[in-house]
Amino acid sequence: MKRLILWAPLAVFAGFLMVVAFGLKRPPDPAIHSKLVGKPMPAFELKPAVAEHPGLSSEDLKQGAPRLVNVFASWCVPCIAEAPVLMELKRRGVPIDGIAIRDRGEDVAAFLARNRDPYAHIGTDPNSQVQLALGSSGVPETFVVDGKGVIRLQHIGAINPNELGDIIAALEAAK
Amino acid sequence: MIAEFGLAALWLAAALSLLQLGFGVAALRGGEGFASSVRPIAVVQAVLVGAAFLALIQLFLRTDLSVALVAENSHSQKPLLYKFAGTWGNHEGSMLLWVTVLAIAGAAVALFERSLKERTLVATLAAQAAIGLGFYAFLLFASNPFARLNPAPPQGNGLNPLLQDPGLAFHPPTLYLGYVGISIAFSFAVGALITRDVGPAFAKAMRPWVLAAWILLTLGITAGSYWAYYELGWGGWWFWDPVENASLMPWLAATALLHSVTVLATRDGLRAWTVMLAVVAFSMSMVGTFLVRSGILTSVHSFAVDPRRGAFILILLALYIGGALILFGARVGTVKEGSTFEPVSREGALVLNNLLLCVILALVFIGTIYPLITEAFGTKLSIGPPYFNSVVGPIALALALAMAAGPLMRWRRDRLFEVVRRLALPGGLMAVALVLVFVLAPGIRVLPLLGLALAFGVGAASLAPLWKRNLRRTPLFIWGMAVSHLGIGVSLAGMAAESAFSKERLVAARLGETVSVGPYAIRFESVDPVAGPNWTAIEGKLTASRGGGSFVLRPQARMFSAPPTETSEAAIATRLDGQLYTVLGKPDGAGRWQLRLWWKPFVTLIWLGGAMVAVGGLLALIGRVRRERRARRAEEGE
Repeated sequence: MKRLILWAPLAVFAGFLMVVAFGLKRPPDPAIHSKLVGKPMPAFELKPAVAEHPGLSSEDLKQGAPRLVNVFASWCVPCIAEAPVLMELKRRGVPIDGIAIRDRGEDVAAFLARNRDPYAHIGTDPNSQVQLALGSSGVPETFVVDGKGVIRLQHIGAINPNELGDIIAALEAAK
Repeated sequence: MIAEFGLAALWLAAALSLLQLGFGVAALRGGEGFASSVRPIAVVQAVLVGAAFLALIQLFLRTDLSVALVAENSHSQKPLLYKFAGTWGNHEGSMLLWVTVLAIAGAAVALFERSLKERTLVATLAAQAAIGLGFYAFLLFASNPFARLNPAPPQGNGLNPLLQDPGLAFHPPTLYLGYVGISIAFSFAVGALITRDVGPAFAKAMRPWVLAAWILLTLGITAGSYWAYYELGWGGWWFWDPVENASLMPWLAATALLHSVTVLATRDGLRAWTVMLAVVAFSMSMVGTFLVRSGILTSVHSFAVDPRRGAFILILLALYIGGALILFGARVGTVKEGSTFEPVSREGALVLNNLLLCVILALVFIGTIYPLITEAFGTKLSIGPPYFNSVVGPIALALALAMAAGPLMRWRRDRLFEVVRRLALPGGLMAVALVLVFVLAPGIRVLPLLGLALAFGVGAASLAPLWKRNLRRTPLFIWGMAVSHLGIGVSLAGMAAESAFSKERLVAARLGETVSVGPYAIRFESVDPVAGPNWTAIEGKLTASRGGGSFVLRPQARMFSAPPTETSEAAIATRLDGQLYTVLGKPDGAGRWQLRLWWKPFVTLIWLGGAMVAVGGLLALIGRVRRERRARRAEEGE
């Protein structure tokens, strides 16, 4: 028994080595795990940002099929970079709604004319109130919302072309 | 040329450490004539790695941008002090400092250690060389500080502004001297296990080295705590950050070791335990280095992290700690049991001290790596101050109680009644303090209340061993113990007062507005732009008044140019009864500025106490070394 105790420190150390070796091997996870994932969309109702599109309310997001909600702004440069990726998603039949943050109607219209228009609904959020309720801290951000209005994924920053697969997968999983 | 010189010196030092290890092993196996070369090799090795380190400092002072490390971490417009201190404000430089300290510690043992048996000393130096070898390999193969950059960039990236503070010039070197200096204890333990020489003579030889490393570690932690307190602008003095824990854990183990080595030296008890603690203390330094350098835990200190480097250090850890623990398991059973003692005795109190310190160490260790364990099972979580404060706090108070009683007990066997009688005065003082604090500050939380009361009891008890002694003839190490223990009491008082009575205000104030915090009324006078050598800032002017007099505080929000970063420079006014701590935040665009104001009563006692602990250690060190030298001289005289 006494002999065994002398080896106890080595056993503890071996356990420590296993834990940290595991920790080192696992690549760091760049995704941000939002607290809102798995929660229903907060209730909101936004006026239309431009005449051509209806506004956006949380009820619009409970239509039985998963949708994307894209938080964007005409004054946001990464949003321009993201526009072709959103168009590609639209081409694949994904319904996308937009929330324009601290923006003006004519600016949004000009932005859509220049960068093309992937959106179904576009609500305007002049004081960032809905943005804050969503736990979004910048533009662009994209939420995957399932058919019951539950948030399934929060993507922070522009969607890169190589992240398209992740978004599609999240949409598939939300079905 | 300087870079190539440095690199060559580093390679030579590495080669010498291999030689030192080889000669050491050969001497232990009975090779004739090898033992006498081990000491000189250890010294030359330290000189060479010291030269490499000086070369790197020189490169930083000159801002030689053709060296990749300098280009990545320095800037020609940086103030000279930060060019100098910037040498170790990065991964490669700090690892070079690491091995430099390791080699210097080895050389110091080679030069000054006279009382250890020659065989054990050779084994010790061989072990020190073995550790050095692995870290040389790490530097040369995975983090070469002298790598050139071609073409050289026109300008460097600059140093992280949070590090651009005089604190950087002294905190890392002192901390490393203690942190890595404790490697001596590890090598002593390994050496003594190899030669089966664990006994009082070994303990007496090891004690001054442990003491020296422990003093520096204490100073480094105390300075680091104050640095974080004023530089980070969060008003806290300890954040239970993984890196802080990485420095605290070796300190806890070294503190326990310091006390158990005394039992071994005086009473020949706790043999296996002392050896184990010596191994654990430096293991904690290496584990800390690994946790910080691999970036496996997120921390405010994580500059330059790289998982591949982590794997390299992990392999070194497995070799050294694993090797030492295997040696321990295999050999310590053959070490004879030391003498035994009664539970109520000085030894008993020291064992209690050791157990409590080790429990705290285990709790801090578990809290630090627990997120890693849960991550292995797929759950992310973070462990912060609520865990550490609530689990460590009560045990630390119990430890303070044991610390108060221990020095008043006799070696070997004491009578409980006698001990209680000797503790009557400190105990009474503690009870009075408890009642007074409770009456004067109703609603105080339990931990700070007990902390304050204990601080008085500990203070009185730590001076009690000096009572009725002829102070002139009291040995210096008794003074050292009294000062150190008193320092713990002083620090405890500061911690308790800070946590119980701090006042905090976070306000958005207009110019001309007056805000009160604690006993002060603070008028927000103006904001002005100011410029420094490599930064510009907005500086607030605050006039603080209490009663009659008033004084001005100037907190800044600084914008550094390279790399572009904002920092807040707190303005702190120190008064006898506490500190006023002010931070200037952001403007809200409507003419108001965020101000964070704290009144922290007696907060400075925390660091004053820390410094006293270190000074006490220094007194003990001088006392021990002097007594040993006198004893040796007396022996030679016979």
